[in-house]
Parts: sequence; C-alpha cells; structure tokens
Amino acid sequence: MIDVTLHLAPVTVRVRSPFATVRRHLETFYPDALHGSGKARHFIDFDIHITHGTGWRRWLRPQARFFLDHAEPFLPLPATQAAPLFEWGLNWCLASRPLGYLVMHAAVVARDDDALVMPGAPGAGKSTLCAALTFIDQWRLLSDELAILAPECGTLQPNPRPISLKNESIDIVSRFPGTRLGRRYTDTRKGTISHAAPPATSHSAAARQARCRWVIFPRFVPGSAPRSEEIGRAEAFARIAEQSFNRDRMGETGFHALCEMLDKARCFDIAYDSTDTALAMVRSITGR
Amino acid sequence: MQSSACKRLVATLKTPTQAAALDLAAWSELVANARAANLAGLLAERLAAADVAIPPEAARHLDAVRQLSRRQALSVRWEVHGLQRALCRLGIPLVLLKGAAYAVSDHPVGRGRLFGDIDILVPHDALGDVELRLMVAGWASAKTSPYDQRYYRTWMHELPPMVNVRRGTVLDVHHTILPLTSRHSPDAGTIIREASTLPGLPAVRIPRPEHLLIHSIVHLLHEGELHNGLRDLFDIDGLLRAGASEADFWPRVVEASRTLDVVAPVAFGLHLARHLLDSPIPPPVLEDLLNAAGGPASRLLTMLYTTAMRPENEAAESAAAALARFAIYVRAHWLRMPPYLLLRHLAHKSIVRLKKDEPAADGRA
Repeated sequence: MIDVTLHLAPVTVRVRSPFATVRRHLETFYPDALHGSGKARHFIDFDIHITHGTGWRRWLRPQARFFLDHAEPFLPLPATQAAPLFEWGLNWCLASRPLGYLVMHAAVVARDDDALVMPGAPGAGKSTLCAALTFIDQWRLLSDELAILAPECGTLQPNPRPISLKNESIDIVSRFPGTRLGRRYTDTRKGTISHAAPPATSHSAAARQARCRWVIFPRFVPGSAPRSEEIGRAEAFARIAEQSFNRDRMGETGFHALCEMLDKARCFDIAYDSTDTALAMVRSITGR
Repeated sequence: MQSSACKRLVATLKTPTQAAALDLAAWSELVANARAANLAGLLAERLAAADVAIPPEAARHLDAVRQLSRRQALSVRWEVHGLQRALCRLGIPLVLLKGAAYAVSDHPVGRGRLFGDIDILVPHDALGDVELRLMVAGWASAKTSPYDQRYYRTWMHELPPMVNVRRGTVLDVHHTILPLTSRHSPDAGTIIREASTLPGLPAVRIPRPEHLLIHSIVHLLHEGELHNGLRDLFDIDGLLRAGASEADFWPRVVEASRTLDVVAPVAFGLHLARHLLDSPIPPPVLEDLLNAAGGPASRLLTMLYTTAMRPENEAAESAAAALARFAIYVRAHWLRMPPYLLLRHLAHKSIVRLKKDEPAADGRA
C-alpha cells in the first residue's frame, strides 16, 4: 500500500494504491515529485485512490478501480492496467474538475516561452510528433495530452507527465535519442500502450509558463506528399474548440481565453508521412 | 453530522469568518468536504461575502465552482426559455421547482448552487400533451425498460426523467410533489394556482415562498437518498430565512402544510433544520406543527438523519452513516408505497441488478 503526495504542476495529488505496479510507475516517472505521507500539511487538489475490485472480482477477474474523493467516475479496468488507469484518471481529473483553466485535448511543446499547440484528433500522430519534437529537436514538453490555458494571464501551464504512446509509435519513439520507456500494457482499450519519460529539463522548467505562438493541426497520412497550409484563426478556433473538454462549463471566460490565445498565434494544417518530414515542416513554420 | 470535518464545514458555512484561522491542510479538507456535499459554491459565496482571505490553492477551486454555478444559472434560464417555447401553445401554467425556480427568480438560495436536473410541475390532465410537446422539442425518455416506465407512470409523482437529445440536460416533469402511492396526498393544484408569474415568460410560474420551502422539505424527507442531503438542508435554511422577511410567512407555512396534507414531514423537516443548522424557526410554530403531527419529533429518526447527513466522501468511509442511510432509504420507500408494492418493487429491482451485475447506485428508481 502506498500513500503519497505528488507535487505535479499545476496540482498536488494524493495517491493511494495497493498495486505494486502503480508504485513502480510513480517511482519511474515522477521521482522528483514524490513525497511520502499522503495528507499532512499540503493542499490536496485531487485525492486519488486506485484499488482492487470487491468480492469475487478481487480473485477471479481482478480489477483496478479509480476513485476521486471516494467517487468512482468511470468503469474499472483489468488489474494489470492499474498504472495506465492512473494516467487516464489524472487526465480526467484535470479536464473535469473546475480549476479555472480551459483544458483542451492537445500536445504542447515550447521553446523558451513560445509554445506550439497541436490539437489531437485520435490517430493523427500527435503523440509521436510531440515525442519527436521533445527528444530529437529538444523542445520543452508541456504536455502530450492536455493544453491547460490559464484565462487570467493567457498562458499555457506545463504539466510534464509521461508521453503516452500507442501501438506502432512505441517502437518508433523507442529509437529516438534519450528516450526511456516504461513497461508495455497490451490489450488496453487503445491497443498496446507504453509511456515515455519526459526529459529532465522539461521537469525542471515545469513552473515556467508559455504563450501560444503556433497552432499546428498534424495529420499523419501514409504515402502522402508533405503538405503545409496556413489556416484562418476562425477555422482554427472552431476546430480547437471541439477539442476542449470544459468549454461549455467555462462559458464566456473560456471563449475569451481561447480567442486571446489564437489572436497571438499563427495556425497551420500539416500532413506528412514520416517523422523527419514533419520535423522539417515544424522547423520551417516556427523558424526554430 | 458527527465527524469534526463535517461539523467544521457546517460551522464555516454558518460563520465564514472562522475560516481565517485554518491552516492549508484544513483548507484542503474543507474544500474537499464542501465539494463532496455539493456545497462548494455556497461556501465560496459565503466566504466572498464575508471577505475572508483564502489561500490561493483553495481559492482557485472555490472561484472555479462559483464561475461554474453562474454559468449553470445562465444555462438553466436558457433551458427555461426553451420550455416556454415548447409548451406555451398549451396554455397551461408551467411551475418551476427547486434549483430552476431559485435560479430563474434570482432567489438568494440559488447563489453558488449547482444544478443536476430541471424540475417542473404541470397540471395532471395536461401531462400527455406536455410529454408530446417536449418530445417534439427534443426531449426523450431516459428510462427504456417497460418496468421503469410503468413504475413512474402508475405510481410516481413524475414522468420518467427526460433527456434532451442534443444537450444532455435532464428534465423531471412532475404532476404532484409526492408519489401517488404515498401516505400523504398533497393537491398540487394549490401550488400551481398560487404560483406567481415572471416577466417575459408568460407560461412560467414560481411557487409561493411557503410552497418552495414545503416542497424542499418534503423532497428531502421522501427522497431516501442523501447524496445531496446536507445541501438540501442548507436550501431549506436559506428558504426559510428569506421567507421570514415577509410578515405572515410562518402562518402561511403552517396553513399550507395543512392544506397540502404534509404537516408531519414539514414538522420533522423544520425540526431537523433547527437541530442540525440552528435555523431560525419561531418555537411556537414548530411546537404547533409537531403537535398537529402527533407529538415531539422521533428521536430515532433525528439520530438517523444526524448520522446520515454528511458529505459523500465521509459517508463512504463510515459504517454508521451507511447503516443510517440504508434505514432512511427503506423508510422513504415505506412512505412512498404500501407494503405489498414496496416488496414487489424491491424484489424486481434486485433481480434486475443481479442479472445485469449493475452497481446499486444506478438502480435509483
């Protein structure tokens, strides 16, 4: 049984779990953020408990259940997936609990304080490209899943956590320089998944916010000729708003925050069939 | 309400200035408890009104909930305009209940409150037309099993919940305020007739203050599930405080309890509000109501509610709370329907649950 506090910009999380796999996952990916003693002295944003199923389920078809403050927001998973359940659950917490941020489904990387936001349609190769930018071109990772926009200052809040890789992209990313992958989880809802640890530099700059300069909608199309097209802000607004988890709940505040974010950004639609092509296009768009 | 954390939540809601003395761990617990009790918005509003300095870690949660509740109040108004459009041709009054009534009439109780669904009350003989019009406007029944449909239509005080196919908002259409099978038989016509109109919404009505209070109490005591028990009790406290600003409020509460045949639940509900929240109720009023209901409030029942009425996160960890909640659940069903029907209903529900292996929480009906 572990009971730890995780200081993980922009939140502090208490995690309790009897699963050894969850403990190993936290030790592997969050060594600097981990602190003992779950509850004392800190303000806890999310109180997370990942635990066994009850009754016969504990032995016959073992489950991992996710609790946030004693409420169970989604269905249990097989016990072997307890660690990925933590990552998914934490994403859900950040996207669902009112914290004053506009949260979008997008990868975010930055150079200095200039951020590149890549909204994610599933299967578009967002995580692979995000990992390539992080490990090959040394962009700073803010998040590979969640763009967290603070409306009052219009900046993106880093949340550097393991990059979640699916299926073929696991092997591709494992060949990038300096990657460190965790174990593979087969037969999940999303196929085989594995996590890549962000570089230490991304962790150490976790308090440094960034401003959106570019929005790129990436699309991996096998065998296609590379294509890069600048698109209007209105179109980008409509497309990125669709990827927002809490736009409706954020109301006018969220609307204005997104407008302001796009006002300062150039937006592009790119299609590519290899990581190298994609990196070259991002370099020419951002000039970095 | 026996744990220190729960007591602190209630005490802070009543006297917000005492929060100034809390350390960060205590703030953490306070916010978590308030959220679990669905009272975070009220806490945020009361702390702000009292000008209490809140540490930034806690403030962002409370500010965000406040923002969400304002946003929800807007959405509810918007939905009510949609209902007005959908039902205006019927020429019937459309009475808002609970959260929707508080939000649309700018009642102080609505401040910081979060909404689950929208409750409306319509005349019983218009029910068929109402349902049809709502379906045309995009509302569909959320309960698909024939048993659930029959359960609601034959025995309950409302149609099966309707869900808007585009927006996912849930609408409860009531034709009276208690199940048809209940021991009490309030005449909803009184509430509908006496409800007041709103500017710009010709079909929409807001119940009289005493009816809002009485409905809130009856709802809490007959619902049987206490997920929002403490929140509902604070609603009751807010309603009676706001109502008492009218000179003849308390005589009207007594009178309306008699007219609606709900003296006993109203007496007990007021007793509970005074017992747990020190709500200001004139002692002679409470005494009269309790006497009319047949004597002093049951000690056992008071104890059960005192044990059960706490934020969800704590209730989940307390065996005593679980037991008290089960007792209240059974009692509420006992009040809702005669014994043979209760047995039949519970048997049916447990068989369905076994077959589907569904968690008990889903079997709300």
